[in-house]
Amino acid sequence: MSNLTREETEALIAEVLEVYPEKAQKDRAKHLAVNDQSVEQSKKCITSNRKSLPGVMTIRGCAYAGSKGVVWGPIKDMIHISHGPVGCGQYSRAGRRNYYVGVTGVNTFGTMNFTSDFQEKDIVFGGDKKLAKIINEIEALFPLHKGISVQSECPIGLIGDDIEAVSKKGAVELNKPVVPVRCEGFRGVSQSLGHHIANDSIRDWVFGRDGKDVKQEFVPGPYDVSIIGDYNIGGDAWSSRILLEEMGLRVVAQWSGDGTLAEIELTPKVKLNLIHCYRSMNYIARHMEEKYNIPWIEYNFFGPTKIAESLRAIAAHFDDTIKAGAEAVIAKYQPMVDAIVGKYKARLEGKRVMLYVGGLRPRHVIGSYEDLGMEVVGTGYEFGHNDDYDRTIKEMGNATLLYDDVTGFEFEEFVKRVKPDLIGSGIKEKYIFQKMGVPFRQMHSWDYSGPYHGYDGFAIFARDMDMTINNPCWKKMEAPWLKKPEAEELAKAA
Amino acid sequence: MANIMIRRSDKGDYVFYLPKRDLEDTIISMEFDTPEKWGGEIKLNNGGAYFIEPQTAPERLPYSVRAKRLDAAE
Repeated sequence: MSNLTREETEALIAEVLEVYPEKAQKDRAKHLAVNDQSVEQSKKCITSNRKSLPGVMTIRGCAYAGSKGVVWGPIKDMIHISHGPVGCGQYSRAGRRNYYVGVTGVNTFGTMNFTSDFQEKDIVFGGDKKLAKIINEIEALFPLHKGISVQSECPIGLIGDDIEAVSKKGAVELNKPVVPVRCEGFRGVSQSLGHHIANDSIRDWVFGRDGKDVKQEFVPGPYDVSIIGDYNIGGDAWSSRILLEEMGLRVVAQWSGDGTLAEIELTPKVKLNLIHCYRSMNYIARHMEEKYNIPWIEYNFFGPTKIAESLRAIAAHFDDTIKAGAEAVIAKYQPMVDAIVGKYKARLEGKRVMLYVGGLRPRHVIGSYEDLGMEVVGTGYEFGHNDDYDRTIKEMGNATLLYDDVTGFEFEEFVKRVKPDLIGSGIKEKYIFQKMGVPFRQMHSWDYSGPYHGYDGFAIFARDMDMTINNPCWKKMEAPWLKKPEAEELAKAA
Repeated sequence: MANIMIRRSDKGDYVFYLPKRDLEDTIISMEFDTPEKWGGEIKLNNGGAYFIEPQTAPERLPYSVRAKRLDAAE
């Protein structure tokens, strides 16, 4: 199907909105827009970071998800207590596939779930004593942990427990950082506030320790950088890190995929902060820029075009050896890129994609698709802010769809009309669209594949997209007994 | 009163950032912009206006400062 024109897209939005009651219609209309590259500011065409409407099916998470699941969770040598009832921690345990190296349960704890398992009596009498006990138990059972973070679930804020006091006391007893994080799920409209709270808690409780948990002496070098906002999903940070190291930079810290507490405490000593996920970690980068005078830049390691662009932009902050290094890296991987594009472009050319993810992906992966000759015809953020849409408008083609905090209904209707060849969204959307006969990739954790960052990731990305779109199963959507008899006879005759 | 952070963009102009609301925007005009007197009324690209108590210019940016909201865009 050919692309919709601007008028058709506008008509589509109006048609989808028709089913809502008047008030909901007015509210949702602000979150849906037709992209217009001439618009300088996204707020003129789209509203974002607002409370979801009651009654619609939203795909957002909560502040706890943003803090424990995204920012703190991947720090591998700390233990993150899900403080409150057991469910929040257990049902989100290890779901994001933040890979790490280490021996789980001995010196790393990424895939384990620690919870205070609140019962009725803890709600009635308060859970502070229980928390103090847990902190001591953790120290006895897992002596090699480097610190503890207390991730509050909703009841903690509701009953008003003083986790700060307990944490301070625990930190003195253990001589390790114990970080209270006030990321109760009810705070904010989405997981986005959880990211902010988590960043602030790192600023206040980890940077405040002035690196006293770093055991080895650190000698700063001229090419020190940190990777910020790469959660090592399926190994993403590793495939990014090798490129940076090949061009001559020294990666001091990974935030927070495969990251450690020592790395985080050393970050204020780097020369440049590299930000991949702007949405979840720009806060700490801004803080470091002000306090430690460390500049930061956003980069994008999805797809060869953007990688080359980013490598050059990063190199521009350093001297000529790094600039030469960047060119060498780009040249080195060019044959590999040509081979990938040569193999898959013919199979994927012209295919149309709709995305609906969170964080950085709705705009960052566009380059990857375009390198394969595909086209992104609709995109949207679960929890993006206006600054995200500012950056997205330029990446998207004219008259494409933008949808913020899209509801289940709207997304389905858009797909029925736009008829994309591929949808990239989360697990909750996956089976609905597959049953509708549309190829689907789960783009939150790369559908159990990955990494997708870097040149190595691009190879896997291209393979995965081909595997999904050109899978023979999409031709078998009709049950054999429902097939038209003419076709059957023709087959017999042949 | 709100805490804001002012930094310079790659292009060299001032950028306004309001952490509490994650609002980032370019500053189109600042009333006083000399080393001795800096601040006053600032106008944002989105139509908002804030007031910073005039003061000596900060030694380096980014710089966090208290500002009063005169006219918010949203």
